Amino acid sequence: MAVCIAVIAKENYPLYIRSTPTENELKFHYMVHTSLDVVDEKISAMGKALVDQRELYLGLLYPTEDYKVYGYVTNSKVKFVMVVDSSNTALRDNEIRSVSAGDWRTTPGWWMFRKLHNSYTDVMCNPFYNPGDRIQSRAFDNMVMSMMIQVC
Amino acid sequence: MAAPEEPLPPVIYTMENKPIVTCAGDQNLFTSIYPTLSQQLPREPMEWRRSYGRAPKMIHLESNFVQFKEELLPKEGNKALLTFPFLHIYWTECCDTEVYKATVKDDLTKWQNVLKAHSSVDWLIVVVENDAKKKNKTNILPRTSIVDKIRNDFCNKQSDRCVVLSDPLKDSSRTQESWNAFLTKLRTLLLMSFTKNLGKFEDDMRTLREKRTEPGWSFCEYFMVQEELAFVFEMLQQFEDALVQYDELDALFSQYVVNFGAGDGANWLTFFCQPVKSWSGLILRKPIDMEKRELIQRQEATLLDLRSYLFSRQCTLLLFLQRPWEVAQRALELLHSCVQELKLLEVSVPPGALDCWVFLSCLEVLQRIEGCCDRAQIDSNIAHTVGLWSYATEKLKSLGYLCGLVSEKGPNSEDLNRTVDLLAGLGAERPETANTAQSPYKKLKEALSSVEAFEKHYLDLSHATIEMYTSIGRIRSAKFVGKDLAEFYMRKKSPQKAEIYLQGALKTYLAEGWALPITHTRKQLAECQKHLGQTENYLQTSSLLASDYHLTEEQRKYFCQEVLSFAHQQSDSPGHRVVLPMHSFAQLRDLHFDPSNAVVHVGGILSVEITLCSQMPVPVHVEQIAINVHFSIEKNTYRKTAEWLTKHKTSNGIIKFPVETSPFPASQNILPALELYEMFERSPSDNSLNTTGIICRNVHMLLRRQESSSSLEAPSGVALEDGAHMLRCSNVTLEPGANKITFRTQAKEPGTYTLRQLCASVGPVRFVLPHIYPLVQYDVYSQEPQLHVEPLADSLLAGIPQKVKFTVTTGHYTVRNGDSLQLSNAEAMLILCQAENRAVIYSNTREKSSDAALRVQSSDKVTSISLPPAPAYHVIEFELDVLSLPSVPAAGGESDLRGTPEPQRKHKDRQTAGHCMVTTDHKVSIDCPWSIYSTVIALTFSVPFRTTHSLLSTGTRKYVQLCVQNLSELDFQLSDSNLVATGDSTDLQLIPLNTESQQCICSKQPVFFVWELRWTQEPPPALHGQFSIGFSPASEERLSVSLKPYTYEFQVENYFTLYNVKAEIFPPSGMQHCRTGLLCSLEVSITRLSDLLEVDKDEALMESDQCFLTKLMYEVVDNSSNWAVCGKSCGAISMPVAARATHRVRMDVMPLFAGHLPLPDVRLFKYLPHHSAHSSQLDADSWIENDSLSVDRHGDEQSDGGSGRSRGSVHSASSAEHKGLPMPRLQALPTGQVFNSSAGMQVLVLPSQDNHVLEVSVT
Repeated sequence: MAVCIAVIAKENYPLYIRSTPTENELKFHYMVHTSLDVVDEKISAMGKALVDQRELYLGLLYPTEDYKVYGYVTNSKVKFVMVVDSSNTALRDNEIRSVSAGDWRTTPGWWMFRKLHNSYTDVMCNPFYNPGDRIQSRAFDNMVMSMMIQVC
Repeated sequence: MAAPEEPLPPVIYTMENKPIVTCAGDQNLFTSIYPTLSQQLPREPMEWRRSYGRAPKMIHLESNFVQFKEELLPKEGNKALLTFPFLHIYWTECCDTEVYKATVKDDLTKWQNVLKAHSSVDWLIVVVENDAKKKNKTNILPRTSIVDKIRNDFCNKQSDRCVVLSDPLKDSSRTQESWNAFLTKLRTLLLMSFTKNLGKFEDDMRTLREKRTEPGWSFCEYFMVQEELAFVFEMLQQFEDALVQYDELDALFSQYVVNFGAGDGANWLTFFCQPVKSWSGLILRKPIDMEKRELIQRQEATLLDLRSYLFSRQCTLLLFLQRPWEVAQRALELLHSCVQELKLLEVSVPPGALDCWVFLSCLEVLQRIEGCCDRAQIDSNIAHTVGLWSYATEKLKSLGYLCGLVSEKGPNSEDLNRTVDLLAGLGAERPETANTAQSPYKKLKEALSSVEAFEKHYLDLSHATIEMYTSIGRIRSAKFVGKDLAEFYMRKKSPQKAEIYLQGALKTYLAEGWALPITHTRKQLAECQKHLGQTENYLQTSSLLASDYHLTEEQRKYFCQEVLSFAHQQSDSPGHRVVLPMHSFAQLRDLHFDPSNAVVHVGGILSVEITLCSQMPVPVHVEQIAINVHFSIEKNTYRKTAEWLTKHKTSNGIIKFPVETSPFPASQNILPALELYEMFERSPSDNSLNTTGIICRNVHMLLRRQESSSSLEAPSGVALEDGAHMLRCSNVTLEPGANKITFRTQAKEPGTYTLRQLCASVGPVRFVLPHIYPLVQYDVYSQEPQLHVEPLADSLLAGIPQKVKFTVTTGHYTVRNGDSLQLSNAEAMLILCQAENRAVIYSNTREKSSDAALRVQSSDKVTSISLPPAPAYHVIEFELDVLSLPSVPAAGGESDLRGTPEPQRKHKDRQTAGHCMVTTDHKVSIDCPWSIYSTVIALTFSVPFRTTHSLLSTGTRKYVQLCVQNLSELDFQLSDSNLVATGDSTDLQLIPLNTESQQCICSKQPVFFVWELRWTQEPPPALHGQFSIGFSPASEERLSVSLKPYTYEFQVENYFTLYNVKAEIFPPSGMQHCRTGLLCSLEVSITRLSDLLEVDKDEALMESDQCFLTKLMYEVVDNSSNWAVCGKSCGAISMPVAARATHRVRMDVMPLFAGHLPLPDVRLFKYLPHHSAHSSQLDADSWIENDSLSVDRHGDEQSDGGSGRSRGSVHSASSAEHKGLPMPRLQALPTGQVFNSSAGMQVLVLPSQDNHVLEVSVT
């Protein structure tokens, strides 16, 4: 369902970025990069909240005509950004309902990011992985691919 | 807005709408009350409790009071809520029973019947009481009666449906009270009616909604129904609830569209799939867009119409709710979803139509928001609106591209046609905005009218957007819009304007390491720079692109070719050089020195091999690659020694350079690693350490401003250094990937050479690596020739041949044939010339290069060693045997021991002397061929032996014992021991008692030799002996040289025995053996053995009639506490100096233990009278002597136990005498002069018979 999934380091350089229609890769790079503006904004807005109360899921970062960009930030300020095709409304509709109900955790977006986060944690646990390097993990890759294909 | 066919026009000016309340009965009465009523009703809020668990609300009620007509009552199935009368009131002032019965009752009944016919139950009868009226008539019934009647007649069980309002127009407390009660009732009833009727309406509505799956269900119909509810809520000022209605409609519609997309199509939806013919944008300036509403009502609305209408309503409500920012946010969502929905429903849209619609809508929303907020509010909420700005910009841009307004030539006819079509779809401008100069409609129309106007509008919008993004810190978004702008400028052929935006964007991407955007932007920048004719910048960007792995091979080749063709074509201006940074062209991977420690001597050859990884996609021919080298005469000569180098350089001489990942996280390597070095500052005068610390050598890199570091792309940052020292390599073809390039240089001046820059020249293009980091240095040194002489073993031993190593470090001196070392011979050291001496020549790196025979020629004074020829910076090593001749060094040391009387003391000295060998230094001065000065070398030899002697006596017979201690690690073979008496004592005979002539002495072991002394005449007072013994290392069978023996000289004085002391113990009389606890007698006999001798002539000697006397003191001491000496244990005696003169002393002793006990010691001293002549100078000595004696005795006394009390007192007296009176002195007799004939004797002591106490002590 996602068309592009990116992991961005604390310093805002991409650790991992993958998109399904490869011909549009550049567009997604630009899009994810631009979305960091909103991520920064959201992070600084919730900066005052206590760490344990902070919701990691940032929700919809910014919509474009064709895509919706969702964000998630870990406590170590690593960001996950997911671009979803606007015509895929499943995510959005559930999103609206859940968000208006005030429960992020029931949103499919939250769950997807949760999965991504877990997989990222696995990458970090690899003793051969240097934090800050680009992620080149087959397991992570497979997980991301599964999230791109899967229809929610 | 009157519709003629309706009985009452549906007055829908929302704000003016109020719930309708009808009034029947006395119209005049009502008219009189109306002003107060309409004023009072909304004054106080009322709590509205609501069904479906919705939260209760406080609500201010207002009503529209209209005259009751039957037509007002809704017919069955009427869905109109706005015109629904919520309450019917009957007004009467009647207070007369008659009148009531005559008219009012009938009227009421008729009214009730009408209501009942329409099943309306929301009614109220108001009876107004007027005191004034009452007073007029006397036969008036009490007010209550009429009310009761009415209640009786009409309010069947609902007595509260009839209220009394008394004196409504007066100003009294009663009136007030009555009003309050009435108003409360009225409000309550109104709310009840709302609850009931709205509830019913909602139920109906829901039922209708549930039917949505049935065929024939129409969304538009349903829309109108739910909107009615929204209207009512809005009428009641419950905007939140009203908004919910619209949101539900919105969601319902969206869901249908989604389902349609999923293949679940609803029939009614096809209405919305009509091709888009009008794209006039949102209209938000009216509360209700009646035009659109009617379209929906007539089921003729298109999707855009429906969406527009829905949004305009939502917008109105949100603005009522003071939430303008939500309007902006929802607007963006709406615009996006509309575009999506049209796509999903496959609605045919003329190209550009949607762009127009979106553009107009964006501006409309923005203007609407601006219209209801002040500037400050807008400025602080840019984050909400900027999305719309950006979207509008984007859409205008695409319109511009579509209509050919961006091209250089302007629109062609096809473009113009398209423009006309688009403008036609906008329709005419709406009357609301007709007078507004900046209306979205006018803007769009103008923008599409001409190239110039478009440019103006587009730039305005873009700049505004960029400014807004920048002001709220969304730099990335701003840069992204800027890139669009740059693209626009490029299309307009004004690259100079585009450049700044591209550079800005590129900087952002570089700073955050986004590879693909970097590549893309760089490509745009390259084109821009090419147009601008910025040759250097273009070449640099091209080289970066040529090395960019994100581009295709063809693209990379193209950019590479761009660089190369420039390099080849330009030859007209020879001095012109283009300096580009190296890292895009090639990267330095590693560097390898040969020799690997990167140290060469002057004239030596150094080769530097570098690995350059070419980033170019094709092989590149490079005319020259040069390394700029900085030369410094390093003062620290230590650095140049090989020792330093082995410690500090990588062992294999390879220096690796960190791989520069150019597009990868720039943020990570913004700061270079700290280059830290130890720092020692020494005082110039004495070279002592003043300060030490750590310095950072690249502070200038770390502390510079951050902005400058991002000028990665600026070629001006690279300065080409011109240095005198260069390493060059010409005509190299760099293949893509790793290339090895070798530089060779001959070292010239000594010093430190630092590799600074790497520069590759291709035509006039120079690719420069401005700093080679980490620091790479090589050293050139010049060394003075040196000679080292050192023993091969740890220490050299005297007396036997030892090997000494000679090391000649040639340094810059070349050893020619005939050069020799001239050694001036030391007297006691021989240089042994062996037949075969070989010298080995090593190169500077300790590799053996050759060996040669060494010629050593010795003459009396000089030994000449002719060196084999050796080139500069080599090492000649050879070994020579040297022999230190044993001199007679030991005697001086030993003579001190001579007079030491106490054997114990002597023993101690020997121990402390330990294993230190006596050493001799031999200085050799060597003349070297490279210097006019002689080198003096000191060699230290150790004597392997130490010898001590001792005198042994038995009676008058004398023996000399010599102890030879081997101190070395070697074993030796000793031979030919010999002792001769030197001096004048010819009479003395030395008879060796040593049996073996050859003896082995092991390492660290002693060997003893004994000689007996014999003489025939009077013995000489002193013996000067010289001991000599031949030795050779035990391991070596045969030595080429004869070795000199080891000698030892000593002197023994006063060795002749003068006195014989004999002690005997006798058991008590009558007993055969001594017993413990019983007194025995000790008899000491001191016998003079010789007549007057030379040695007796001292101050103790007294001459009395015809015989000489000397004074002696004896002392009986038992150190082992076996005996208790009773009575006097010491005493002075006068001894005649004559042979066989005997003195006997008896004393009592008591054995304390049983067994064979050694006898107590008897000591004999010379008792010297006080001598005034000596006192002045000898006093100190004597005192010390006495003191030491007395101290010794005190110690004895304590160990003796209680037996020697009397003796103690004697000494304390004597010590008292020390101070005032002249004291006689005691002098121990030399050991040789006293012979204790009872030494070693033992006496058997039996245990006493009656004493069987066994002491057992357990510790």
